[in-house]
Amino acid sequence: MQVTVKLFASFRAGRTPIQTCEYPSGSTVMDIVVQKGIPVQEIGIMLVNCRHVQLDQELVDGDVLAIFPLLGGG
Amino acid sequence: MGGVDAYLIAAQSDGLVSTSCQGEACRRFGVTFAEAEAAILTLGLFPSRYQRNRETISNEGQLALLQSCVAVIGCGGLGGYIVEELARLGVGRIVAADPDVFEEHNLNRQLLSRIDNLGEPKVAAAAHRVAEINPAVQLVPHRKALGVENGRELLSGVTVAVDALDNVQSRLELAELCRELAIPLVHGAIAGWYGQVATQLPGDDISIYLASAAGGSKGVESRLGNPSFTPAVVASLQVAEVCKVILGQGEPLSGRMLIGNLLEMEFEEIRL
Repeated sequence: MQVTVKLFASFRAGRTPIQTCEYPSGSTVMDIVVQKGIPVQEIGIMLVNCRHVQLDQELVDGDVLAIFPLLGGG
Repeated sequence: MGGVDAYLIAAQSDGLVSTSCQGEACRRFGVTFAEAEAAILTLGLFPSRYQRNRETISNEGQLALLQSCVAVIGCGGLGGYIVEELARLGVGRIVAADPDVFEEHNLNRQLLSRIDNLGEPKVAAAAHRVAEINPAVQLVPHRKALGVENGRELLSGVTVAVDALDNVQSRLELAELCRELAIPLVHGAIAGWYGQVATQLPGDDISIYLASAAGGSKGVESRLGNPSFTPAVVASLQVAEVCKVILGQGEPLSGRMLIGNLLEMEFEEIRL
């Protein structure tokens, strides 16, 4: 299945900001996070097709996954 | 107030009353600066200090700001700029909460920190700064963190609350309190070149968008730090939201979050 992954803010450093790739059927958000080498503890908002999801969300063909780092400073 | 009104009408010029005449009205008639300001605005006049607000803020709007109370929770990078802008805007009462004192590592970005006030409570510096800028504004300092126990008391009578905190747990508690008390909340958070703003109006719930995917309490700011300009940008966006909520104008960031990337100068809006 094909999934488009959009990375934002600091997650773009050393990675392609928007990339559509082939992933094994049944892949979760966590699988893609691991594959991209994104530190899980730095993740804030995750959206699939503009809807908020959790790390265990299974993806389907054509999904667009957006991952934002957690911004916690003030 | 009859004597005050007559004095102010005689003192005005082109519909404006100077700061010195406003102060003289206080001395002559035993009213506070804020009371004199309310009298000026009720007469359809403007304190001179607000003349460059021109058509952006009407006479009625300026009076609404004066009669409002805004809670600024956190007086660090975001909070310093927020207090400054609210005071210049003419928000009559600012409740400021922060348990910390200024330290050297605050000097790179925190507006109210200075070499000669290191060690001073941040809320004390905020009160001092507001008194220097606008005597019509009262800053109520609370040198403590907002918590579940004191939150209701701190937010009592507040028109809008502003999230200028620096950790996820406190943000979630503040957002929950504001939902319970039906107080509009303007959220802001920063890390490095990046910042975000959202407004939780009564009936909204932004909490899932503030939380860490892995359950932690600190974000990427613990690795990236915070430079001088990011808090200024995000704080200004937050104050614009506060102003709109008080005035009932424009479109607040309700049901959406604005996420700014100052490195690539891109602003992303996500629907909540």
